[in-house]
Amino acid sequence: MNEPNENYLKLVRQQMPKTKHFSTMVRAFLVGGLICTIGQGFHDLYEFLMPEMPIDGLQSLTLLTIMLITAVLTGFGVYDKIGAFGGAGSIIPITGFANSVVAPAMERKREGVVLGLCDNMFSIAGPVIVFGVTASIIVGLLVLIFRGWFL
Amino acid sequence: MFLDYLQVFLVGGVICLLGQILINFTKMTAARILVIFLLLGVLLETIGVFQYIEEFGKAGATVPITGFGSGLAKGAIKGALSDGFLGAIRGGLQAISAGIAGIIFIAFIIGLIAKPKTK
Repeated sequence: MNEPNENYLKLVRQQMPKTKHFSTMVRAFLVGGLICTIGQGFHDLYEFLMPEMPIDGLQSLTLLTIMLITAVLTGFGVYDKIGAFGGAGSIIPITGFANSVVAPAMERKREGVVLGLCDNMFSIAGPVIVFGVTASIIVGLLVLIFRGWFL
Repeated sequence: MFLDYLQVFLVGGVICLLGQILINFTKMTAARILVIFLLLGVLLETIGVFQYIEEFGKAGATVPITGFGSGLAKGAIKGALSDGFLGAIRGGLQAISAGIAGIIFIAFIIGLIAKPKTK
């Protein structure tokens, strides 16, 4: 492959839109904060409805609720617009994780249900689960080692 | 009541703001951002800091992917202490299993129903 022309690269860099740091940060803060506040709203609602539920149950229900809402919004193409506006504010909350599973599943469906939809579901979520599970097992083994040594 | 929600908003907002700073200055993709904040959650839970953030920010700490990380670490620690080796292996995934199983099911159904936009 030929090396890209120096002048061409310079031109591309000039034409690339400059990142508007301040405005993207404010929008990420607002969107991220809002999503978390909505989550807290569901948490409080479930706590009110089911006072005997333990806190991890409430948290799981809350996450499931906002992931379901995200999946539906992604299905209608609305979450894309939230993502374009909110940047990291729409990626980092669990809703961004949900979107990263649903969006490729939808888009690659025409390649078939097994090889398109199911295969691409985890193109972004896969690495997250791999790193998460690996890290949790390391933590668990560390606990075992330290308990063995110090208790 | 209002102050509680303000704290949630602040903590959740600040976590996402940090993510946006990372994106702006390193041009990282969504997958890397998610992995980094997940591992941050695992680390903060393991060294025992996360519970204080969660106490203050509630859903502001647990709704971002850091909450997933914290759940993984918490589950692994709890599992290791109660069930030993097997607990250490399965505890993490067990703690977040509702979210993972839920999103697989939801994504499959929505993926089947929704019409992709033609590009």
